[in-house]
Amino acid sequence: MSWEIVIGLEVHAQLATSSKIFSGSSTEYGAKANTQASAVDLALPGVLPVLNKRVLDLAIMLGLAIDGEIASESIFSRKNYFYPDSPKGYQISQYDKPIISKGQLKFVNNGEEKMINITRAHLEEDAGKSLHGEFERSTAIDLNRSGTPLLEIVSEPELRSAQDAVLYLKELHCLVRTLGICDGNMQEGSFRCDANVSVRKSEDPELGTRTEVKNLNSFRFVEKAINYEAARQIRVIEEGGTIKQETRLYDPEKNETRTMRSKEDAHDYRYFPDPDLLPITITAEHITRIAKDLPETPWNKRLRYLKDYGVSSEDAEILANSPETSVYFEACMKKSTLSPKLVANWIIGELSALINKSSVTISKSPIVPERLVSILKRIEDATISGKTAKHLLGVMWNSRSSADQIIAHEGLSQVSDNEFLEKVITQTFTDFPSQVQEYKAGKLKILGFLVGHVMKKTKGKANPAMVKVLMEKHLRQSI
Amino acid sequence: MNLPNSVTKIIQGLEDGTFSSQELTEAYLNRIDNLDPEINSFITVCHERALLDAKNADKSRSNGSASKLTGVPYANKDIFCTKGVRTTSGSKMLDTFISPYDATIVERLGSQGMVMLGKTNMDEFAMGSSNETSFYGQVNNPWNTNCVPGGSSGGSAAAVSAGFTPLATGSDTGGSIRQPAAFCGISGLKPTYGRVSRYGMIAFASSLDQAGPMGRSVEDLAHLLSPMAGYDPKDSTSSMVKTDDYSGNLEDALKGKTIGLPKEYFSTSLDRQVEGVIEEAIKEFEKLGANIVEISLPTTSLSIPAYYVISSAECSSNLSRYDGVRYGHRCELPIDIEDLYKRTRSEGFGEEVKRRLLTGTYVLSSGYYDAYYRKAQQIRRLIKDDFANAFTQVDAVISPTAPTTAFEAGKHLDNPIEMYLGDCFTVASNLAGLPALSIPAGFVSGMPVGLQLIGSYFQESKLLTLGHMFQKSTNWHQHFSRDDSKGAQ
Repeated sequence: MSWEIVIGLEVHAQLATSSKIFSGSSTEYGAKANTQASAVDLALPGVLPVLNKRVLDLAIMLGLAIDGEIASESIFSRKNYFYPDSPKGYQISQYDKPIISKGQLKFVNNGEEKMINITRAHLEEDAGKSLHGEFERSTAIDLNRSGTPLLEIVSEPELRSAQDAVLYLKELHCLVRTLGICDGNMQEGSFRCDANVSVRKSEDPELGTRTEVKNLNSFRFVEKAINYEAARQIRVIEEGGTIKQETRLYDPEKNETRTMRSKEDAHDYRYFPDPDLLPITITAEHITRIAKDLPETPWNKRLRYLKDYGVSSEDAEILANSPETSVYFEACMKKSTLSPKLVANWIIGELSALINKSSVTISKSPIVPERLVSILKRIEDATISGKTAKHLLGVMWNSRSSADQIIAHEGLSQVSDNEFLEKVITQTFTDFPSQVQEYKAGKLKILGFLVGHVMKKTKGKANPAMVKVLMEKHLRQSI
Repeated sequence: MNLPNSVTKIIQGLEDGTFSSQELTEAYLNRIDNLDPEINSFITVCHERALLDAKNADKSRSNGSASKLTGVPYANKDIFCTKGVRTTSGSKMLDTFISPYDATIVERLGSQGMVMLGKTNMDEFAMGSSNETSFYGQVNNPWNTNCVPGGSSGGSAAAVSAGFTPLATGSDTGGSIRQPAAFCGISGLKPTYGRVSRYGMIAFASSLDQAGPMGRSVEDLAHLLSPMAGYDPKDSTSSMVKTDDYSGNLEDALKGKTIGLPKEYFSTSLDRQVEGVIEEAIKEFEKLGANIVEISLPTTSLSIPAYYVISSAECSSNLSRYDGVRYGHRCELPIDIEDLYKRTRSEGFGEEVKRRLLTGTYVLSSGYYDAYYRKAQQIRRLIKDDFANAFTQVDAVISPTAPTTAFEAGKHLDNPIEMYLGDCFTVASNLAGLPALSIPAGFVSGMPVGLQLIGSYFQESKLLTLGHMFQKSTNWHQHFSRDDSKGAQ
């Protein structure tokens, strides 16, 4: 009888709109406190919410991407509770009629494909922020974030390990970024996660009592918090105790979860339809219009990269998981007939290394796709070696000159003049007679040493493949 | 000066140059200063601002940029946010609140060049039918100062009746324009839900609240309704249905019009003498050529309970924002957030508001929602269906506005249920979202009686025509509670 961990995730994805869900205030992150709070956000007497219609498009995009049901009519409800950073005394959310329901998300764990059902995704507004410690003996309120649009995406309790939970979350993170509906910035709170965790004996048909773990603002914390919480629950049960349904807060510094509020303290939110807002109606035409321009999901993109480009599954994942990287990769492929594997290697390898060292993103890289393609073309036509190309990439990062200009200017072109090479090769055979004998006696590996010598003599400008071919020809002839 | 007794005459006088807006405004302000202490219809009088606006209005008149209503004085119920002017909603909670923005209707009336004299008294957060729940003291009925003026727009009704202002705005959640209009002998219209923007009108019950005009005659109402009505992008529930030419369509023969008489409205709770006045009025309509038919609104008895469940539920949520954190009343030296909420709200709200907040919180609680809130919404649907059915046969429904004339102050204070039952003829049109008009129809023992006409959706024009034609052949609306020639100096 082993223990099974059961996890369901609630993700709050901040929708990428420039203004708030019910007011015209900006949603930009990091502004001075309360400079992005209008009369509506301050909940002055008499103000009314007006829906920012853009959030519907973004919710529909998610609904389509997870193959969910998009409600033709859904309703905003009020979730009533008192808290200083909730200026109206209620949050506008969705309750019994969410905009999206019954979707699915697939991910791969260790080569095994898994599919998790998504119960619902609903629209709601974010709360403001309480700032403790800014003023002595007082709590300050910043309402800049109040009214920022959120899509809460709730999974079924179908995840069975912390690792699964993280992979599901990463897949969802990648999806919302690829769709362009959320910037996915976890530090700024644009993508937040709460985990519902319970444990049971694996043959038990009933789910155990769950706790809700909050404050999981990185993938690493999600994994650690779930593992901690599951172990805690197992320990409690094995010691003869029972799990209390409660909300727990994860403390990353101590790596533990602590009771935040028990079920007895839970609010009665007194949900009811918000009379200030009309029901949301979504027509089939609206859905069709959004579907027409829906970006490819990362899942489908990976499959396409494997099939159409023949890249490895690891490369397909790296390329497809970042929307910016995949755009870059596809731009390279569109502009050339280069080997996809070569392009993938260079993007994932040398280009990424340069990007990681600087503070730019791949979409802002000074090496635009055309420039990378121009370098790789010179590798393919053997003008330069891989090693030279690496040097060339570094030069081009800080220069506006083209690849060919730098090759010409720095004399980087590999020597592929056979006559000159023949001379160097003959000289090398003369200089290293014993090595030549060893080769002839069957120690073929020694050829590497001889090729290396030719490369040294030509200061690396010779094409090593060509040198190897020529040397083999000579040595075979003289046997 | 002798104050003109209709808005039409005011417009005429301003156009002719018989008097300026400044003279007129000063006269009304004098009258308020001299006579309102006895009535208490204003919470705030805006002397300087009004005179400045009047001066600007006169300038517009002289340079030809004036519109019809430029320079016409009016008063706003203190439920409408007015930029730079204290806006209290009759509550201690907002005693210190100076609105940083104008309600949409305040902005619209201001852009017509109308001159706001001040803010009128009202039941706290519009919860009440007698104007006794105001933090600023009860309003006295100008016809008999021992009686209530009705509520919640009692200040507006009393001010119009006493000739302190030719026009006033009101708001009506369950009868709050019509019942005080009836008690004070003036005319008042609750438009179709969505006809007038709610933006900047302090919410009581969002799905029922509707702003409307109050004045002496239907003709005056039409003048004020025109700039108030129309779609507002700031109010998602406001309607895009085209507005009518309310003043232009007043004259129309009533021949061929059918008026329905709901048998359920003439029950035992109705005062016999009030019933007599209404019967006379019905005869008048018949004389004018209208057909009177008896109809049935079987869900009538359910409207009061449904109304009090829904309105209380919505207000319990709407008034949550008054928490002492950002504006308005805050208790002294709170020890923690819990204490701040508890004491701020205990001190800031009056008894009637607290009663409704408790009721509303209860009916929305988990386990009770279905039995109360959901059930009330189902009843609301039935009430709508009843009216929809009635309007297949009739142009309007006629009834008394209230079962009695204005009662004595204090009479129902200890028995809120009795007070609530007084709304039995008015709440159904709020639940159904229908327009309804109250006009003076006669007197019982010297106190005015109001007649209500309920119309189908967006049929304000039809109601105003019915009311206007009635007023053309009667003079009940020309009985004034105060002599217009006094106190203006």
